[in-house]
Amino acid sequence: MVEGKERLPREVVAMRVAKELPDGGFVNLGLGIPTLVSNFIPEGGVVFYHSESGVLNCGPLAEEEEQDIDLINAGGQFLQRVPGMAFFSTVDGFAMIRGGHVDVTVLGAHQVSATGDLANWMLPERGVGNIGGAMDLAAGAKQVIVAMEHTDRQDGAKIVQECTYPITGKGCVSLIVTDLAVMQPTPDGLVLREVAPGWTMEEVQELTAATLIPAPDLKEYEL
Amino acid sequence: MPQEKLYATPQAAVADIQNGSTILVAGFAGYGFAEGLLAALLEVGSNDLTLIYRAGPYAEVESGSLPAVENLVSNGQVSKLISPMPYEPGSGGVIEQQWQAGQLDIEIVPQGVLVERLRAGGAGIGGVFLPTAVGTRFETGKERRNFSDGEAVLELPLKADYAFIRVAAADTLGNAIYQGSSRNWAPIMAMAARVTIAEADRIVEPGELDPEAIISPGIFVNRIVAAR
Repeated sequence: MVEGKERLPREVVAMRVAKELPDGGFVNLGLGIPTLVSNFIPEGGVVFYHSESGVLNCGPLAEEEEQDIDLINAGGQFLQRVPGMAFFSTVDGFAMIRGGHVDVTVLGAHQVSATGDLANWMLPERGVGNIGGAMDLAAGAKQVIVAMEHTDRQDGAKIVQECTYPITGKGCVSLIVTDLAVMQPTPDGLVLREVAPGWTMEEVQELTAATLIPAPDLKEYEL
Repeated sequence: MPQEKLYATPQAAVADIQNGSTILVAGFAGYGFAEGLLAALLEVGSNDLTLIYRAGPYAEVESGSLPAVENLVSNGQVSKLISPMPYEPGSGGVIEQQWQAGQLDIEIVPQGVLVERLRAGGAGIGGVFLPTAVGTRFETGKERRNFSDGEAVLELPLKADYAFIRVAAADTLGNAIYQGSSRNWAPIMAMAARVTIAEADRIVEPGELDPEAIISPGIFVNRIVAAR
């Protein structure tokens, strides 16, 4: 019985994703859980954040008294000025993305398919949609990680055999980290690598509309 | 004599904008907009405008008034928006209302595609093959080709009648520099418009800006007006 059963908090999902970021790598974080990832970089590690607002090496958010309208991230939040920052135009910002210079992007999703199709820009019942830079990130970043809740609020599956919402990118997702599991889309289907503590593969399957293939070394969610 | 680029007021700088014009509006997530020019356009009243911009602030600004682009939409001056993220779905804002009522046309373009189309327009490039839209609904009707790096689709150049940009400083010849993240769309939009109007925080004499630091050379900037 999975209804009402406790799932991992968003911070733990973010912490798990942080483990995947290459030390010294260039990383672009989307909104939602992905934004939290920057709080959990392992001690001694360095990650350089890229923002579509035109900033490389984004630091922490600014305190209220030092907010500067000329120093924002992609979500419109104010950034602190830190050593090593670089500013650039949007054409350069997307050259970094499309040209394969960004190592990892972490994005939220409405749906992810078993083979790594990503749908995260449009819910048809809610109007025109907001593509932003997600489609360029999906097409250009070396690695696309999805960080999200495993289901929608009504326990509807977000991990599906085929996306029904308009897609952002085809076969682009290499890892899905949710509040229940860590999964790897492959051309042969969705491999279940890790399961949240207290959950079984069968329980996760109940909330997943794609068939889970257990990894040979399937284990508990590893932080 | 070089052409006089300095305009006394934002109203004077936008006074000749005809109905049906296309305008590039630089800015990002609510910041870095040429607010004075947008407010002046509201007074001038040109309508049937197409605005191309990344995104405005979605909510009301602190004063309780609408942000500048939403103001133009609210005033019935805009017939089309081209943007990667025109409004927050479900926000109930004026852009969503007018779109639902069929009064406003919206074209969504992925952000990196929009900027390369503007670059192509501004740089005299006939079109660019980009991988972004491959396999998505944005590929519809476009030529696809297979390159050594993979599949890509043909995106066509985009140009406009005007660009509204905000700059940190400009000299009287139009050479301009930016501040921090407010650079983002401005240099590209400045290239892609027939008339680029810069709202400058500071206007200086030629020689006062370091030529090494110029981001938008004056050839791309046609009019300059002081920001208030």
